[in-house]
Amino acid sequence: MEFLLQPLTLLTFFPLLGVLVLLFINSEQKTAIRWTAMVTSLLTLGVSVWVFSMFNASNPDLQLEAKYPWIQVAGWNIYYYLAVDGLSILLVMLTTVLTPISILSTWKAVDERVKDFMIFFLLLEVGMLGVFLAQDLFLFYIFWEFTLVPMYFLIGIWGGPRRVYAAVKFFLYTMAGSILMLLAILFLGIKADTFNVPELMTKLPALYASGTIAASTQMFLFVAFAAAFAIKVPMWPLHSWLPDAHVEAPTAGSVILAGVLLKMGTYGFLRFNIPLFPNATVQAAPWIALLATIGIIYGAAVSYAQADVKKLVAYSSVSHLGFVMLGLFALNPEGVSGAILQMVNHGLSTGALFLLIGMIYEQTHTREIKVYGGLWKITPIFGTIMLIASLSSMGLPGLNGFVGEFTILLGAFGSKAIGSPWFAGLSALGVIMAAVYILYMFQKVFLGPAGEITHHHDLKDLNWREIATVIPLVVFMFWIGLYPKPFFDILAPAVDKLLLPLTALLH
Amino acid sequence: MTPTSIDFYTIIPYLILTVWACVLLIVDLFIPRGRKGITAFLAALGLAVSLGYSITQIGLERSGFDGMISLDGFSTFANILLLSSGLFGVALAYGYTQRMGIHRGEYYTLLLFSVTGMMLMAQANDLIIVFLALELLSIPLYVLSAISRKLQSEESGVKYFLLGAFASGFVVYGTALVFGATGSTNLSVIFLQAASGVTSGLLLTIGAALLLVGFGFKVAAAPFHMWTPDVYQGAPTSVTAFMAAGAKIAGFVALFRVFSTAFPAIASDMTDVLWALSALTMIVGNLVALSQTNIKRLLAYSAIAHAGYILMAFVPYGDEKVAPTAVAAGLFYLVAYAVSNFGSWGVVIALEKAEGKGLELDDYAGLAKKYPALAVAMTIFMLSLIGFPPTLGMVGKFYLFRSAIDGGFTGLALIGVITSLISAYYYLRVVVNMYMKEGDPEVEREPWLGFTTSFTAVVTVAVSFVPQFLFLLAYTAVLR
Repeated sequence: MEFLLQPLTLLTFFPLLGVLVLLFINSEQKTAIRWTAMVTSLLTLGVSVWVFSMFNASNPDLQLEAKYPWIQVAGWNIYYYLAVDGLSILLVMLTTVLTPISILSTWKAVDERVKDFMIFFLLLEVGMLGVFLAQDLFLFYIFWEFTLVPMYFLIGIWGGPRRVYAAVKFFLYTMAGSILMLLAILFLGIKADTFNVPELMTKLPALYASGTIAASTQMFLFVAFAAAFAIKVPMWPLHSWLPDAHVEAPTAGSVILAGVLLKMGTYGFLRFNIPLFPNATVQAAPWIALLATIGIIYGAAVSYAQADVKKLVAYSSVSHLGFVMLGLFALNPEGVSGAILQMVNHGLSTGALFLLIGMIYEQTHTREIKVYGGLWKITPIFGTIMLIASLSSMGLPGLNGFVGEFTILLGAFGSKAIGSPWFAGLSALGVIMAAVYILYMFQKVFLGPAGEITHHHDLKDLNWREIATVIPLVVFMFWIGLYPKPFFDILAPAVDKLLLPLTALLH
Repeated sequence: MTPTSIDFYTIIPYLILTVWACVLLIVDLFIPRGRKGITAFLAALGLAVSLGYSITQIGLERSGFDGMISLDGFSTFANILLLSSGLFGVALAYGYTQRMGIHRGEYYTLLLFSVTGMMLMAQANDLIIVFLALELLSIPLYVLSAISRKLQSEESGVKYFLLGAFASGFVVYGTALVFGATGSTNLSVIFLQAASGVTSGLLLTIGAALLLVGFGFKVAAAPFHMWTPDVYQGAPTSVTAFMAAGAKIAGFVALFRVFSTAFPAIASDMTDVLWALSALTMIVGNLVALSQTNIKRLLAYSAIAHAGYILMAFVPYGDEKVAPTAVAAGLFYLVAYAVSNFGSWGVVIALEKAEGKGLELDDYAGLAKKYPALAVAMTIFMLSLIGFPPTLGMVGKFYLFRSAIDGGFTGLALIGVITSLISAYYYLRVVVNMYMKEGDPEVEREPWLGFTTSFTAVVTVAVSFVPQFLFLLAYTAVLR
C-alpha cells in the first residue's frame, strides 16, 4: 500500500476522493455538490503545487518516481509507474489550474444533473493527470482511453442540440486512432519484453541495430502511435471531430477539451514517438511539418469563414496546434521548447476565450457573430478581458502567444530535420491570418453599431465570480509574455536530454 | 478394468452435481407449487458445494478412467467458471421465472444437468466423452429454451434442437474419421499417432475440420451462427443469459482441449481455417449488430462477435511458443466475457416486461435519471464488451490481441481492433439511450437480480485493477 502515499499517486487520484464524497451527497443539494467539486479541484491544485515544489528543474530525468510491479506473469512485465519530468510538469500544472477554473465556470451554466457532471469532471481530471504522468505503456493506454469516457458523457449529456452526434463522433474518432496504438504497444511489449518507457528507450536501440525490429517496422510503429496522437491533436486532415465536439460541448467541456485533451496528443508525440522511434521521427519530420503547415493555414482560413464564435475559436485550435507540431518536429531545442510552451499558451488563451464566450452565451443563448456588435460599450470589463485573450491568441508581443510562436518559428527556420525554411515561412503567414480572423471577430462583436442582440437584451457585465474565473489565466498570459525565462528553464534540461540521441541522426 | 477410487476422485465435483441433480428431481416433486424458491435454493446449494470442492482441486493433475477423463489446471479453471455461471444462472432465473409464470422446479434441475454436461466437457480427454458431454449439456438447454411454452420460446427450442442435432452429427462424423485415421478416440493417443506420421493426414484433417464445425456451432462462430439471434431472442431471458455464457464456455473449452491436445500436428492446415473463422465471426457479428434495435438480438450478435475474438487468440495454437498464451488468453477472456455477459443480461431482465415488452433499445431511454445505479452498471458492461478501461474486458482484449500478435497474426489483430471500433458504435447506442435521451422506464426490483448486476459490475471494474491472480490462474490452466 506504500504506493498510495507517493506524491504522484496522491496527485493523480486525489480527485477520486471528491468523487467518493459526491456519491454520498443527495443530488438535490446542488450548492453542496458544487462546493465539494470546487474544493476537491482546488486541493488537487494544492497537491500539484506541492509536487511542483519538490520538482528539481535542473534535473533532466524522470523524478518523484512511483514504480511498483503490477502485472508480472510470463510475458507480461507491467509496472504501475508514475513519474514527472520537465516535459510534463507544465502540462500537469495546466491541468490542475484549468480544472477548478472550469468548475467555477459551471456554477450557473450547469443546473441539471449537477452531481453527475461533477463526478464526470473529476474522473476526467484523474484520467488527464494519469496520461501526463504514466511511464508504462499499459498504464498510459488505460488512462488515455479512460479520458474518453467522461468527456463523452460531458458532451453527450450537457452539450448543445447536436450533442449525441458530436459525442459519438468524438468517441469513435479518438478510439479509431488509439486502437492502432494498442497494436503497436503490444508489438513493442512482445519484442522488448517490457512496457516500461525508460526501459524501452534503453532496449530499443539494440533491437533496431540488430534488425530484430526492421526500419520499416519502426516506421509502422511510429505511424500507429502517430495515428492516435494526430487525431487527438488534431492534425489536418484528421480534425473533423473537433469543431463538432467543441461547438456542442458545454463551456467547461470545451475549456478542458481545448486546454488539456488536445495537448495529450502533442504530448504523446513528445513522450513516445520522438524518443522511441528516433529514425522514423527524423524521416517523418518533413512530412509532419508539411501537414502542420497545411493545418496552420487551413485552420486560420476556415476560422475566418465561421459565423459562430465558438466554431471560430475551435478552428483556430487546428491552426495553433499546427504550430505546436511544427515546433516539435523541428527537433531542435528552440522548436521543442517553444512547442511545449505553446501547448500551455494555447490552453490559457483558448481556455479563456471559451470561458468568455460561454459567459455571454449564458445571457443571450446565441453565438452568431452577426447578431452582436457594440458590446464593449455595454460590458466594458468583458470587452477588455476578451481583448486580452484575443490578442494573446493571435500572438501579440508582450503576451504569451507571441513567445511560443516566435520560438517555434525560430526553431523551424533553422531546423535540420525539416530541411527547408519554407515551412516556417508559410507558417508565419498563419500568424498574420490569425490577426485577421481574431480582429475581425472582435470588431464585429465588440465595436461598431449595436447589433440586434445587443439592443434587445439587458446584458450584464461580468460578475465577481466570472472575473475570478478568468483572471488567473490573464495573469499567466502576461507572466509568460513578459518574463518567460522561468518556464524555459524548466523545459531546457529535459528537452536537451530528449534531443541528444537525435543529434547523431540529423547530420 | 474396474474403475478405482482414484478414477472417481478425478470427477468428484461432477459427481456431486450429478447426484444432487438426480436427487433434486425427486425432491422437487414434494415441494408445493407456490414454493419453488426452495428448489432454486437447493440447486444453488449443490452448485456451491461442487464449486467449493472444485476450488480445493486447484493445482491437481490426475488422469482417470483409462485416460478418458483428465483433471488438470485447465479443467479445474473451467469447472470453477462453469459452476459460477450456474450460480449466476440460478440467481437471474429466481425472480424472472416467477414474474413470467414459468417458475417450475424442472427449470433448476435442467440447469444443473446442463452444467454437469459442461463440466464433463472440460474434463473430457476422449472424443467419445466429448460427444457425451456435448449431448448432456445441450439437451437440457433445448428444453430450457422452450420452457415458457410461448410460440417464440417453442420456436427457439425447436430451432436450437434441430440445428444442435445437426451440429452433433458433425461431431460424431468427425470423431469417426479421426478414429479411422488414428485408430483411437483418446486425445493423447491421437496426438502420438498423428505425430508419428503413420496416419492418413487427409482423413485426420477432415475429421478435425468436422469437429471444428460442431464446436463452432456451440460457440456461435460464423458461419455457424445463424441460430443464435433467434434462439437468444425467443428463449426466456434468464435461459439466454445462462446459455450465452455456459454453452460458449463449454464449446471453447472443448475446442481448446481437443485441438491443443490432439491436433497440434495438423496446426498448419487448421490455422488458416481458424483464421478465416475468426475473422468472419468478428466481422459478421459486429456488422450485423449495428442494425439491431432489440437488445436481446443486439447482445446475441455481440455474443457471436466475441466468439470471434476468442478464436483469434487461439489461431496460433500450433506454435509451441505461443500456444500456452493462446489458451490462457482465451480462458481469461471467457471469464471477462462471462462476467459482463451475466451483468448485461441481468439489466435486460430488470427492464423486461411480460409479453416481451421492454426489450427495445428505446425502452432504455432515460434510465440514467431514474435508476442511476442500474445505468452505471450497464455502462460498465458495455465498456467491458467494447474493451475499454477500466474494465476486465479491456484487460482481456489486451491479452487476446497480444496472443494474436505474438503468433505473428498482426493482420488478424488489426481486423480485431477495427471490429472493436465498429462494436463501440452499437454498444454506445445503449449508453446514448440511457443517458442522453428522455424516457420513463420501469424496472423490476428483485434482490438476487440486483445482487447479480451489482456484483458483476464491481468485479468487472475491480478485477481490472488487480488482474494478476486471474492471469496466474489462467496460466496454470494451460494445456501442456
